[in-house]
Amino acid sequence: MKGDIPLVRSARPAPVSGFLRAMSAVVWKDLAAELRSRELLSSMLVFALLVILIFNFALELDTKTRSTVTSGVLWVTFAFAGTLGLNRSMAMEKDRGCLDGLLLAPVDRSAIYFGKAIGNLIFMFIVEIIVLPVYSVLYNTNLFHPGLLLVILLGSIGYVAVGTLLSSMAVQTRTRDVLLPILLFPVAIPVFIAAVKASSGFLQGTEMAEIQPWLTLLITYDVIFTSVAFMVFDYVVEE
Amino acid sequence: MIEVHKLVKRFGLKTVLRGLDFQVQPGEFVALLGPNGAGKTTFLRILASLSRPTLGEVKIGGYRLPGQASAVRRRLGVVSHLPLLYGDLTAEENLRFFGRMYGVTALDQRVSEVLDLVGLAARRRDLVRTFSRGMQQRLAIGRAVLHDPEVMLFDEPHTGLDQDASGMLDRVLRDVAAMGRTVVMTSHDLARSGDLASRFDVLSRGMITASVQRSEIDPDQLLAFYRQALQEAGV
Repeated sequence: MKGDIPLVRSARPAPVSGFLRAMSAVVWKDLAAELRSRELLSSMLVFALLVILIFNFALELDTKTRSTVTSGVLWVTFAFAGTLGLNRSMAMEKDRGCLDGLLLAPVDRSAIYFGKAIGNLIFMFIVEIIVLPVYSVLYNTNLFHPGLLLVILLGSIGYVAVGTLLSSMAVQTRTRDVLLPILLFPVAIPVFIAAVKASSGFLQGTEMAEIQPWLTLLITYDVIFTSVAFMVFDYVVEE
Repeated sequence: MIEVHKLVKRFGLKTVLRGLDFQVQPGEFVALLGPNGAGKTTFLRILASLSRPTLGEVKIGGYRLPGQASAVRRRLGVVSHLPLLYGDLTAEENLRFFGRMYGVTALDQRVSEVLDLVGLAARRRDLVRTFSRGMQQRLAIGRAVLHDPEVMLFDEPHTGLDQDASGMLDRVLRDVAAMGRTVVMTSHDLARSGDLASRFDVLSRGMITASVQRSEIDPDQLLAFYRQALQEAGV
């Protein structure tokens, strides 16, 4: 420690204007921390793989029935694993008061929300990329259909958009682990219904006209909840 | 620099701050003394824009809270009893991250400078979770001064610090005061506050109940002043 150097310099920082800079900093921070600890991804992955394994043995389905339940099992897996990730991602911010550290930054707080949401979405996608081939092998079903991948993309965005907002509320409470699914699942029901219906449609070769309303619902949900989160995040995180 | 008028803060039915008035001139160093539960941390969290006032007016550097919170935050450095740092990032990565959040220019140079100044240059690539409490608090001070704030808020900063870290913190506080920064520090440690502050305010039952300038009181009489203020407030 140098005793004779002043700790405060006289130069002023540049004006802070970077919404994108703040957002990318939060994404980078989440990825860098996860690369070190691997706590979030490993727990999400193990949980997701266990769920599809348990369903595989519990349901003992024939080939025809499998194609009808595939989308349901898939989205239950994503929802449970996603909740685990959302909880862990916000808990990391609560440790050592990090959330306060973030909120003290002179940036639009929605940049923090979008940074956290993009980080959560990346973790969700990584889990989905690993789960899909495993699921395909276990259930002997080809899941690599462009339409299904589009549904997974839209469904994940909606789920993470609302999940990141609600996890930032839940993390302020002592019962955060229990509270998040209780808050999240009812609000995310439209995403699950639309995603399951649209996924089923693509896997069973239903006509596009029948799938289209579910895709529209997913897109509408994504837009509405991303906008709502953008508007209310500041109020949600402040005491 | 800091103007607070008739500040009220309620959490549900519980009123923590009851019409608190508080002014700090630029360059002043105010030690906010008070017993546990007096509302010191709540008050500092409102000044730091982490909590919204229920009623009343709060202005820092001419900017009003919560309406102009972003402008206020740019001028604030906050050190609490928690380090506000990420355990899974290194010391350097933590400072780089917060530097980007604050828009600090010449970040590489500034990070090295701050790490050097808080005595953690040799540990710059170590994860923060491997640091002792004292080292984490030193890095927290580095994080707080990284963007060169005009106003610094310290919430019980000496909590859990060893002798070296406490000494280093005192040096930061003196540097801050010497450079004309405005400082508000909550503390239980009357001896340390007595050495550092230019004014002593006692907060009890959600109000400032007594205030004295350092020039008006002998450091030996600080404890007596504090006890009398609490007694008069009925604590």
